[in-house]
Amino acid sequence: MRERSRNNPMRSLLYIPGNHPGMLQNCAIYGSDAVIFDLEDAISISEKDSARRLVKHALRGFDYGNIEIIVRVNGRDTAYFEADLEEIVPANPDAIRLPKVDSADDVLAADELISRLEEANGLPKGEIGIQAMLETARAIVNVNSIAAASPRLVGLTLGGQDLAADLGIRATKEGYELLYAKSSVVIAAKAYKLQAFDTVFTDVSDLEGLRAQAVVGFALGFSGKAAIHPSQIPVINSVYTPEPKEVAKAAKIVTAAKEAEQRGLGVIAVDGRMVDAPVVAQALRTLELARLAGMEVLEL
Amino acid sequence: MNYTCVRNSLGRLVPQMIPGIGTLEPFSGAYARLDGSYEWTPSPFVHKVPSISTNKIAPDLRAAIERSGLQNGMTISFHHHLRNGDAIVSLVLAELEKMGFRDLTLAPSSLGDSHDCVADAIKKGVVTRLNTSGVRGEVGKAISNGLLESPTIIRSHGGRARAIEEGSLKIDVAFLGAPACDRLGNMTGVTGKTACGALGYAMVDARHARHSIAITDNLVDYPLSPKISVPQYLIDQVVVVDSIGDPSKIATGATRITRDPLQLYIAELAFKVIRASGYLKKDYSFQTGGGGPSLAVARYVRDYMKANAIQGSYCIGGITGYMADMLKEGLFRTLFDIQSFDAAVTDSIANNPNHMEVDVSWYANPFNKGCLVNDLDVVVLAALDVDVDFNVDVLTGHDGILRGASGGHSDTAAGAKLALITIPSMRNGVPSIRDRVQTIVTPGETVDVIVTERGIAVNPRREDLRTRLQDAGLPVKDIRQLKAEIERITGIPDEVAFADEIVGIVEYRDGTIIDSIRKIK
Repeated sequence: MRERSRNNPMRSLLYIPGNHPGMLQNCAIYGSDAVIFDLEDAISISEKDSARRLVKHALRGFDYGNIEIIVRVNGRDTAYFEADLEEIVPANPDAIRLPKVDSADDVLAADELISRLEEANGLPKGEIGIQAMLETARAIVNVNSIAAASPRLVGLTLGGQDLAADLGIRATKEGYELLYAKSSVVIAAKAYKLQAFDTVFTDVSDLEGLRAQAVVGFALGFSGKAAIHPSQIPVINSVYTPEPKEVAKAAKIVTAAKEAEQRGLGVIAVDGRMVDAPVVAQALRTLELARLAGMEVLEL
Repeated sequence: MNYTCVRNSLGRLVPQMIPGIGTLEPFSGAYARLDGSYEWTPSPFVHKVPSISTNKIAPDLRAAIERSGLQNGMTISFHHHLRNGDAIVSLVLAELEKMGFRDLTLAPSSLGDSHDCVADAIKKGVVTRLNTSGVRGEVGKAISNGLLESPTIIRSHGGRARAIEEGSLKIDVAFLGAPACDRLGNMTGVTGKTACGALGYAMVDARHARHSIAITDNLVDYPLSPKISVPQYLIDQVVVVDSIGDPSKIATGATRITRDPLQLYIAELAFKVIRASGYLKKDYSFQTGGGGPSLAVARYVRDYMKANAIQGSYCIGGITGYMADMLKEGLFRTLFDIQSFDAAVTDSIANNPNHMEVDVSWYANPFNKGCLVNDLDVVVLAALDVDVDFNVDVLTGHDGILRGASGGHSDTAAGAKLALITIPSMRNGVPSIRDRVQTIVTPGETVDVIVTERGIAVNPRREDLRTRLQDAGLPVKDIRQLKAEIERITGIPDEVAFADEIVGIVEYRDGTIIDSIRKIK
């Protein structure tokens, strides 16, 4: 069993419809760093109950090995929200992805219910994370208070399609119309030490378009991106995988920083450039991503 | 047990003698007869010398059957080039039934989805013995329920060619569907509305049958041109009928590569195994099937060959339009085509001299002086089940009923330097790796790698390969460990209950008996 951490890097997160037994069974093999079992948009109303039960049994029955398991429940404004959490929390996923988060209250309501369920089921308190999905203009306006809402929060993401609909605009492949929303989510996430996940690219046949969008997302500062088809995973992973050169440089920086620390030095220089705490933090992140990509990284 | 049995070298109980079939040798190793010392005697074959004729066209099928000298108890053969569109078998069996024939041995090169009519012929006693490579649907049920008088003999494609040439399978009358044919019996599969591509099985039947009847719905002016696949000197009579098959099921469009993510994943893993094996290099030879993930493997191989400017020497086997494209792109110098899997191939055979139509003996008869499979570098194969000894079953369904085909599986596995099996780790919740497969078709000693979506198992005989795959970072696992991992999800299914009665035997390519098939309880 993998060690549970609130900050495991996740480059790719594969959505799996919760009512599809074959995909629930095989989803771990495609190389994504996380899977998101969906009880929300991918599931029609008549399938809500069966998907919830199926996901619960999948969580209990299958060993998914080293990947993060996230369940997207239905929003707080629906009749399924409580039932979803009541069945899913006892099965102890790594995180709940909470859609339609408009304000800090939405996060707090989920937090409260999850805490109650953790206690009732003898689970360690506060281990199940929340990823908040911002899908409306109002949510973007409230992004800072949402990010600060709860220590249970581990990540922020946005729902590109819903947000475009709420804004009354058409979502394009390039996604520039969501630039402000994406940036505000990234910055709020970083401010509160949360992960930030880019929205999905919906055209599964256009892997080049996906790559272009993922490159922009990575440049904006997202820590990973959701996928809706296994074929998207290698593309996303490669965008979020550092170049060997970067990895070598990062290793050098981290090594130098450790040595400096042991010798009680503050700011140091590597290859003639000043290295301070943020540079070291960047370098550590690069090494983490490299490890995730299966690159050989010295234990530092 | 209805026959005296002995355990062969794989521990399977196989009959030593079956009345009407004769003495049988138990399997004793895939290469036991291939060490250079075995002597093989092809049988002389006898046929009547016809009077000189400038027109072999019979008035109708009935007249042709009467003239052929067919008697009750004799053996008739068919080819399966018309795939699931074939109408010849049902046409001929219906006529034979009307004419009152009984007790025939049916020995087609294989049977498919369009052949439930054979089960009727069995029930009515028209057919009482069956030799084939594969069965589907009702025929499989008929065999597994013990409806035939004598055990069915399952042969590989190479094994059937061997059996025909040595006379252990004597064909009295071959009924050969001909998508194009002239009045003297020159025939081909590459033109006509029922065009099916290569006629590699028909070639061997025509050459060795006592009497050969071409059946066509496309009589062309003499001489058939530009291509003749089976020449006139092998054909006794020509019968013209309205239709030899359903073109929509014969001439299926180009086979499409699967879009199923799981199959694609297995295919990509299989490609990585091939790449890491060291065999994928200049002048290598390759075979892959036409279905499931096989074609997807070809896609990855194709991209890699293009990117790295690798030209292979040849591809063999069932050929798809996809392979024909690879030939056109110069990725291989030659295609050897025994049987075409889709109609996209016919243009290529007709017009590209490097796309060669070859007979099934050349393809895979282990006892001729050098069949194509023996020089194969890489073959990608599918399976219904495999076991921890790497034995492969391509015949038996999870309900114990026959529903598959031996095909060229064991021939190519024995010949190829890298025999790779792609198989999903489970189907409908039933695990695919077992302690022992129900029916061994391909012995484990000829299988190198098994690729599932949950890991790769390498035959312990191939330590060299294991090292290479591990060095390439591929998920190599011990087969028992892989099996245990799968069973953690599926559990272990109950064994199917069989009766003692033997209803079929599986003949290995060298003529020995590798396994027997039991009646279902």
